[in-house]
Amino acid sequence: MTHLHLAVALDGTGWHPAAWREPDARPAEILTARYWADLVLEAERGLLDFVTVEDALGLQTSAFHRPDDRTDHVRGRLDAVLLTAALAPLTSHIGLVPTTNVTHTEPFHLAIGIASLDHASLGRAGWRPQITSRAADAAHFGRRTTPQLTDADVLDSELIAARLRGLFAEAHEVVEAVRRLWDSWEDDAEIRDTATGRYLDAAKVHHVDFAGAHFSVRGPSITPRPPQGQPVVAVLAHASTPYELAAAGADVVFLTPQSRPDSVARLDAFARARQHSARPAADPVRTFADLVVFLDDAPGRAAERKQRLDERDGGAFGSDALVFTGTPAELADLLLDWRTTGLDGFRLRPGALPHDLTAITRGLVPELQRRGAFRTAYEADTLRALLRLPRPANRYAPAG
Amino acid sequence: MPARPLKQIHLAAQLPSVQHTVIWSDPSAGSQIAFDSFAHLARTAERGRFDFFFLSEGLRLREHKGRVLDLDVAGRPEALTVLAALSAVTDRIGLAATVNSTFNEPYEVARRLATLDHLSGGRAAWNVVTSWDAFTGENFRRGGFLAEADRYTRAAEFLHTARELWDSWRPGDFRADAAAGEFVRPGAGRFAHRGRHFDIAGRFSTPPGPQGHPVVFQAGDSPEGREFAAADADVIFSRHADLASGQAAYRDVKARLAKYGRSPADLKIIPSVSYVLGDTPAEAAERAEEVARAQVSPQTALMLLEAAWGRDLSGYDPDGPLPDVDPVPENVVTKGHNLYRSRGREETVRHWRKTAEERGLSIRELIVEVTARPTFVGTPRQVADAMNAFVQSDAADGFVFSPNVVPGGLDELVDRVVPLLQEMGVHRAEYTGSTLRDHLGLKPARRHFEETP
Ligand SMILES: Cc1cc2nc3c(=O)[nH]c(=O)nc-3n(C[C@H](O)[C@H](O)[C@H](O)COP(=O)(O)O)c2cc1C
Repeated sequence: MTHLHLAVALDGTGWHPAAWREPDARPAEILTARYWADLVLEAERGLLDFVTVEDALGLQTSAFHRPDDRTDHVRGRLDAVLLTAALAPLTSHIGLVPTTNVTHTEPFHLAIGIASLDHASLGRAGWRPQITSRAADAAHFGRRTTPQLTDADVLDSELIAARLRGLFAEAHEVVEAVRRLWDSWEDDAEIRDTATGRYLDAAKVHHVDFAGAHFSVRGPSITPRPPQGQPVVAVLAHASTPYELAAAGADVVFLTPQSRPDSVARLDAFARARQHSARPAADPVRTFADLVVFLDDAPGRAAERKQRLDERDGGAFGSDALVFTGTPAELADLLLDWRTTGLDGFRLRPGALPHDLTAITRGLVPELQRRGAFRTAYEADTLRALLRLPRPANRYAPAG
Repeated sequence: MPARPLKQIHLAAQLPSVQHTVIWSDPSAGSQIAFDSFAHLARTAERGRFDFFFLSEGLRLREHKGRVLDLDVAGRPEALTVLAALSAVTDRIGLAATVNSTFNEPYEVARRLATLDHLSGGRAAWNVVTSWDAFTGENFRRGGFLAEADRYTRAAEFLHTARELWDSWRPGDFRADAAAGEFVRPGAGRFAHRGRHFDIAGRFSTPPGPQGHPVVFQAGDSPEGREFAAADADVIFSRHADLASGQAAYRDVKARLAKYGRSPADLKIIPSVSYVLGDTPAEAAERAEEVARAQVSPQTALMLLEAAWGRDLSGYDPDGPLPDVDPVPENVVTKGHNLYRSRGREETVRHWRKTAEERGLSIRELIVEVTARPTFVGTPRQVADAMNAFVQSDAADGFVFSPNVVPGGLDELVDRVVPLLQEMGVHRAEYTGSTLRDHLGLKPARRHFEETP
């Protein structure tokens, strides 16, 4: 059996809203390169496949669908593409996957930003396209409005997805346009032929002429094809509409099962979405389950710690993903059990940083290694290769 | 009367791309896209204690006769992303990105620039360019939606809005005070801007970086462009690098500052130049000629001629005389090139014919002549003296060096000319500050809430 894949999701000082007040937290440093470098170097020492970095085009909020005026939670963050680019020269193997919105940002800018991250990291870039579901974010751009979700909507992920169906359809177009732009230069377009004076072969640089319901892009990209050909596209999906987006456009999907049977059910639902998508069934998609994790070696300690954090915050922390508390060994049991439902890997969201990240790299990883379930050295240099995803052929290159 | 103290020369470097002046055929020419090339140039410039490293931008590949132009270097990364990566492998040098104000939105550009300023510890700069053409617009949702006349009204409002966003966090708003349980002050990041081009409101996600406002550059030479710079920019990127036109542009721009309550030192004028060195003056001249010929291949000479003539001239001998056929002024064969924008094509053709006839130049010789960019040619001593004379006589405040070859093209300048400037006392031996504002000797940013309490 192949090794499982492990990623961590980085955001602020961790996913618990009171994590920033822990003694080992570094909340005043979340806008510095040093802080993020320390985290990603720790993740790389743990041989993890990749890190994701969250982002949004509005200030953080504790309500899913609208801004709030809270002052007692982490607020303020950096652009995730630029942040991961700054991490690229400091690391050598770990994948770097920024989140970007796809609702307000121009697809052309997204394509060249992620391609440039792939060039700077020598093939370790991923991309998590995310729709901007908050209507208030649209007012930051003033170009359009987007649906305002109600308090009733946000209780049910199918209701949310139904209200945002149009934005997901547009997101699908953005991913398609971006992928075409990545292919718009063939790999060997730069020829430097001194005899004819040609720097490139114009026949190998293509207009993409993407025309969708929402926008059009002529192309070609200004950035030559990135090292991976196509950086790894990862989509977080909770419901039918996002499953369709992931099925049609993603290389990696993050699912949020609440239990082992739920993992079976979600993988099933995703497999159905794949059957209905126009994409060839042979295109591999890696399935990851998201878990928020609180880890301590002593049994019961992690749950106590979470409870202490909850009390400090004045409310029990819950999440779209399962919140796990326990020892690294207990988590290893769960991961290996869930894996048998067909998952390829897990994206762990540390409850508090750096504590739960180092518990992953120094507790969970050795435990999985002991059980023969995780790598003991990086076996590849690009993110695609680490995930055993093939380098895609260029859609514009003549076959053969 | 005591002599005026020597002006310090501001030095900067650019990775040249997408111009026929890049000699990609040179045996030492490396990748124009690999991160190592960018890192080599930026670190070399930092070794020379330069003020900043600069990247240009073009959002559409040039086309010639309906195909992507294949003769020049094409293909470049997104500037801010590369500069963010460079922030990790440099310590002091400023990092300047060209970002267009027509095909972007203030919220996004403001947060990306604030991010670069944080990541680099206060070294970010933004070169605001205003290219508005519909050809570039075809890559964007809104297409060619802006009239040329509006390019600077949008740019000015864009910049003003970005400054409002940076100022939406006041000093101390980002608290991260665990004991008090207060991460931010109430209302941090709140903004509302209502204007002709932007009507936006909400919460800005990114506190301003160490410089408060990144340094702002302007590149463009029209009267509107100069006015925009005088009102709002910290640095002008100019094209004027011969003494007389440099002095005239310098006087013109610096005279515009007073009506905005600014002094001449508040705006630095830094033309884009190149250089060719030799051990003797004769050797330098010979190398300069080789460089010029390498820049203008026979194919490039014909391509630039066709661009001006607006018709196919592929049958002509580049080493022969200019064509006797007339130009077709309304026919645009080259898109994305603005070589003829200032003069107009008919006037350009007239001027070229006259120059070639008077001096008996072939097509290729003519193109070398008319497209040559400002270049210092000589021994290291001659080049250092010429640069210094140029700055001391108020033709500029410094230079952006765009070398002819990537990535090694800056090495000789830093190894052989910079030490002479340091000996002359006109260029720093060590950085004295840590931000780009420090290097340029600029005042702290004027903040919006200080102007309008
Ligand atoms: C030295 C210099 C460098 C420039 N670099 C860029 C660039 O990188 N990208 C771009 O789109 N335009 C660039 N421009 C073009 C100006 O932005 C262009 O002139 C502008 O669209 C029109 O302004 P103007 O009418 O004031 O010249 C540059 C101009 C100058 C003088």
